[in-house]
Amino acid sequence: MKLKRISLLAVAVAGVVATGTATAGATFDAVKKKGFVQCGVSTGLPGFSVSDDKGNWKGIDVDACRAVAAALFGDASKVKYTPLNAKERFTALQSGEIDMLPRNTTWTYTRDTSLGLNFAGVNYYDGQGFLISKKLGVKSAKELSGAAICIQAGTTTELNLADYFRANKMEYTAITYDSSDETIKGFEAGRCDVLTSDQSQLYALRIKLQKPDDAVVLPEVISKEPLGPVVRQGDDEWFNLVRWSLFAQINAEELGVTSANVDEKAKSTDPNVQRLLGGEGVKGEFLGVGDKWAYNIIKQVGNYGEMFERNVGQGSPLKIERGLNALWNKGGIQYAPPIR
Amino acid sequence: MAEFVPHPELPPPASSVGVIGWLRRNLFAGWLNSLLTVAALYLVVTALPPLLNWAFFSADFVGESRDACDSGGACWVFVNARFSTFMYGFYPAAQAWRVDLIFGTLLLLMSPLFFKGFRYKLQLGGFILFVYPWIAFGLMHGGLLGLPVVETAKWGGLSLTLLLAAVGCIAALPLGVLLALGRRSTNMPVVQTMCVVFIEFWRGVPLITVLFMSSVMLPLFLPEGVSFDKLLRALIGITLFQSAYMAEVVRGGLQAIPKGQYEAADALGLGYWRKMGLIVLPQALKIVIPGIVNTFIALFKDTTLVIIVGLLEILGMVQNALNDPNWLGFSTEGYVFTAFVFWIFCFSMSRYSQWLERKLHTGHKR
Repeated sequence: MKLKRISLLAVAVAGVVATGTATAGATFDAVKKKGFVQCGVSTGLPGFSVSDDKGNWKGIDVDACRAVAAALFGDASKVKYTPLNAKERFTALQSGEIDMLPRNTTWTYTRDTSLGLNFAGVNYYDGQGFLISKKLGVKSAKELSGAAICIQAGTTTELNLADYFRANKMEYTAITYDSSDETIKGFEAGRCDVLTSDQSQLYALRIKLQKPDDAVVLPEVISKEPLGPVVRQGDDEWFNLVRWSLFAQINAEELGVTSANVDEKAKSTDPNVQRLLGGEGVKGEFLGVGDKWAYNIIKQVGNYGEMFERNVGQGSPLKIERGLNALWNKGGIQYAPPIR
Repeated sequence: MAEFVPHPELPPPASSVGVIGWLRRNLFAGWLNSLLTVAALYLVVTALPPLLNWAFFSADFVGESRDACDSGGACWVFVNARFSTFMYGFYPAAQAWRVDLIFGTLLLLMSPLFFKGFRYKLQLGGFILFVYPWIAFGLMHGGLLGLPVVETAKWGGLSLTLLLAAVGCIAALPLGVLLALGRRSTNMPVVQTMCVVFIEFWRGVPLITVLFMSSVMLPLFLPEGVSFDKLLRALIGITLFQSAYMAEVVRGGLQAIPKGQYEAADALGLGYWRKMGLIVLPQALKIVIPGIVNTFIALFKDTTLVIIVGLLEILGMVQNALNDPNWLGFSTEGYVFTAFVFWIFCFSMSRYSQWLERKLHTGHKR
């Protein structure tokens, strides 16, 4: 199997060198042939992948798959979803049950190098943060010395917390709970001053409070949790498509192209916008898709900012701040190579 | 000297009949009894009003979103809004009638079985057990008669729970009977050993492991690109697992049949299958009805474990809904609703089995 993959890769590389255009890989061809993207999502995570009242999947991870479908087929709805448990997600991808895995998965060295998988980009920069009652008047995590902290037992958040407090020479009392529901109940009952978890989860937990407005999420992030779509190794063209579907959305936000004004912008004379929307210069065939690939993504799924605000930001009940996920020129670190 | 004159026409003392008599006999028969009654009464009085208040009087029933829930009680609006996904999972709304039709027809087909005078019970039962599942599958999956295909990945909610439980029960009972017979066939050591190994293996592993193996390990052994339907994998796992338990329940019944019954059947000149089918099994199965139903109820509740392989049955759909940003924080309502649905089904199964026991109680009282 490995030999076959290597030889496939060799063929692909040879093709690129010889003609300057990519040669389609196994996954790419298979997806194109069956006519839909098989997308591995979670069994339910607020804002990332969850079903709505009608049973349609919604969320930022779901939109990653929809963007790829829009680029490849010109139709964002050509996606089928496989809900996956955290433990079976990598097997499902390795065995070919799914084509891509945008399932709130942290990009780490071990996962990237030892599982036969590739991370195609980062669609959400997450990190561990603190939820705190407003009336305490604390503005920074550095002021938390001596605090009682509610935490879910047996998670990496527990270790991160210990590291952070030791590094800053501060004291704390950990109050551990088994589930996230119990944790927020403990926080609400005043068992602790602070609750810690991944920031994207903190906003979801905050809604469960009787008075969500009385609690705030502190700006500090004490761990790096870059989340992004994962694909199998060995098919660079598929990898490229997934990666550039995300990059197209980020570039579109940077250039001010939205789902609402994309038709108007297509007539603009700005060469950057023209290249993005397939007007001139850059051809979709390099990716193995039509010239309108980025246009279709933006028209049907929206640019990165729209996608963020709709699913987890101000347009959603979660109201997560852009923070690290703002564009590089707006104080965040979302940055995409230019399309040219 | 006064003479004792019986007065049979006098009523018994007021303290031993009527409401007061009943109370004295049942609730205040001794000091311990009285104490327990008072304690129980106290619990009911303190716990019931807040519970009823939460669940009914200050609960919200109608509305569209969480904004409708401001009375402070339970927010049944959440269950209401999500009801169709709890029932059908991701089954397309336009096709949901197919699921209704399947379970509606099943109920209709089963109803004559409860009437004494109905003559074709055996034929109807056979049809329900062996033919109807295929029709139901065809209808649910589609692809025939112009019905659009709905892949198994879209099945979910209560319909998936019922499907898993029904297939588990229907397939595990005959398999279990065969395994039990095999385990007791001392004159066929190979068959016996195989049955013992099978039963002990499947009884020795937790169902969650079986499901996990079927979903995580199995795909790694299959050649790349060959994918085995996830639901089918879970169904096979559940069936094999349950058949091992069923086999032991049935074996208990077989052992309870006196040796004389076997010998009488032999004396009549019946062969093995007729001996078992006509004499032994009807008596043995009748004895173990409580055990069989116990296994069925356990299976029904175990179906919730399929969430570990990403199949969203009713509990999975409820948990998914609890993570919808629009409905965060209604976990109590969601779990109470699920518990209620499970209680309805498990309680009905239990009542049905008691009815069946009474009806089949033809032999001597044990």
